[in-house]
Amino acid sequence: MAIRVEHELHGRRRGRNTGVGLVLVGLVAIVFGLTVVKVLNLGDIQEFERFDHVARPALEAAATEAEANGGASE
Amino acid sequence: MTDATSMTDVAPDARTGEAQFGDYFALLKPRVMSLVVFTALVGLIVAPLPVHPFIGFVAILCIAVGAGASGALNMWWDADIDKVMKRTAKRPIPAGKVEPGEALGVGLALSGFSIVLLWLATNALAAGLLAFTIFFYAVVYSMWLKRATPQNIVIGGAAGAFPPMIGWAVATGGVSLESALMFALIFMWTPPHFWALALFVRTDYGDAGVPMLTETHGRRVTRHHILAYTLLLVPVAVGIGFTSIGGPVYLALSVALNARFLWGAWQVWRRDDAQAEADNYATEKWLFRISLSYLFLHFGALLVEAALRAAGWSFF
Repeated sequence: MAIRVEHELHGRRRGRNTGVGLVLVGLVAIVFGLTVVKVLNLGDIQEFERFDHVARPALEAAATEAEANGGASE
Repeated sequence: MTDATSMTDVAPDARTGEAQFGDYFALLKPRVMSLVVFTALVGLIVAPLPVHPFIGFVAILCIAVGAGASGALNMWWDADIDKVMKRTAKRPIPAGKVEPGEALGVGLALSGFSIVLLWLATNALAAGLLAFTIFFYAVVYSMWLKRATPQNIVIGGAAGAFPPMIGWAVATGGVSLESALMFALIFMWTPPHFWALALFVRTDYGDAGVPMLTETHGRRVTRHHILAYTLLLVPVAVGIGFTSIGGPVYLALSVALNARFLWGAWQVWRRDDAQAEADNYATEKWLFRISLSYLFLHFGALLVEAALRAAGWSFF
């Protein structure tokens, strides 16, 4: 029996499948867009660089100094 | 999100008889969605804190999809009565285009997606309010009250009143007097709007076993109710003008709109059915027509006030 590339079901449901495909593409675009907006709104990115598993003496020193100043003022 | 608005009819695919994408979209009651989008957008824009445009867009989309999901759940539950009534007989389930189980699946899936996405995009309160709105419309209104009491439209109207409150919560993360008053405006407006329609449109709700005030308590009582709810509506609508989202433009328009609406409700209250039939329910039809512009213009005026504040013209 010859293999039919296009089953008749594909034609019958083309509209539905196209619609669902577009909805999924839209969902991906929304999640991507949200990620971009949220990351851009994080503020000072250096706040997060301290947690990137790499020793950053300059940042650590700055953070320690800031904590010490904060503690002294209380 | 009342049933007073009919949904978009979508023709089945003549070639195949298979349900098409539009049939599933019709489950979401697109015309009801438009009111939800408008009022939610106003709630979001008039809030004191700015929202990033993309997050605002996603939030409004989630609110619209959530409202649509509750519409799909409503169609799943009410398929038996939709089949009986002429206005709803062409909906996808009674028309045989979509299986009831599919509508339930679409409703539940979109509910979950819209709530979770709104939570991720904005905050837990906005997502919680959207979840409660869906629950209220699908369970409290559709499953419980709609067939149990002629006050169904009053309590069910709350589901349609939540969108501006959700929009406000998206921006501020909270509720306030202003958002509660926007809720109350739609909540109090729904009964006179719907009952004015019920007075001049012969519905077949009775055949479907859905109690309507005009049939259970009579048209005289319905006229009393229209006037009573209009009297409750007026202070809410005008009161918004004195809050942080109001101003002279809103206040002037609101006083004029409420004077006209109250006059219409008074005229409807004064008449009996013999007078109404003599002029083919002209006053009742007029009251229904002005009720449509009443709500649109109130929320439009709030937008104008927000634009004036953004331009630096703050009066209060």
